Amino acid sequence: MILAAATIAILVALTLGVVRALRGPTVFDRVLAGNAIGTGAIMLLALLGFLTGRPEFLDIGILYALLNIIGTLAVLKFFRYGDLSHPGGEEPEDF
Amino acid sequence: MAWFGEIIAGVFIAIGSFFYVVGAIGIYRMPDVFTRMHAAGISDTAGAGMLLIGMMLFAISTGVSFFVTIKLAIILGVILFTSPIATHALAQAALQAGLEPVLASKKVMIGPGAHAEPASAPKSAKKAPKKAAKRRATKSSAKKGRARS
Repeated sequence: MILAAATIAILVALTLGVVRALRGPTVFDRVLAGNAIGTGAIMLLALLGFLTGRPEFLDIGILYALLNIIGTLAVLKFFRYGDLSHPGGEEPEDF
Repeated sequence: MAWFGEIIAGVFIAIGSFFYVVGAIGIYRMPDVFTRMHAAGISDTAGAGMLLIGMMLFAISTGVSFFVTIKLAIILGVILFTSPIATHALAQAALQAGLEPVLASKKVMIGPGAHAEPASAPKSAKKAPKKAAKRRATKSSAKKGRARS
């Protein structure tokens, strides 16, 4: 009962995050919304596992939590240096 | 005794989903990137933390396998460590791209370059952020071509 209500709340939060990711004026808004959607997906996986009585999806949740930060940092580095293989040591000359 | 644990778990899950929806509404309605980061912090710490603690109590009180509790604790730890890192990197990248917080007072300039050259660099970046990004991209590609040749 409370698990179903929490699942509906997470779905509402995911919908708002998707709207922000589609409408975000800058790329940072979209990255932020993507990060929030990733956390929401972890919560949704855990809650659906408890709701269906089979909480074995939590391994996928751990994997998603570890991939979320890597994806965010990769997108940020790509949009700052324009290249993922950039050493990243010096500052870009004009920002 | 099991029903008592389930009630406590239900209270935790209810508070967690409330904070999660509050954070999501903040992500939708706040005016710029930095305030949206603040709202995302609410849903990442209070919302996700309360939800995961509630699910841990639920797993303990309903007598599922003990590994489920440990996995939920691992997810909680990973989220609590990585969410501030992502927010910090995002704030730094947004500041260096020339965005300014709209709710900050004008006298307190934040960000790199604000103390060194307050007149030229941040203003030009604010006026044409897309143009500056394009210039940066072409310049870096030109530099790369030079290095290769």
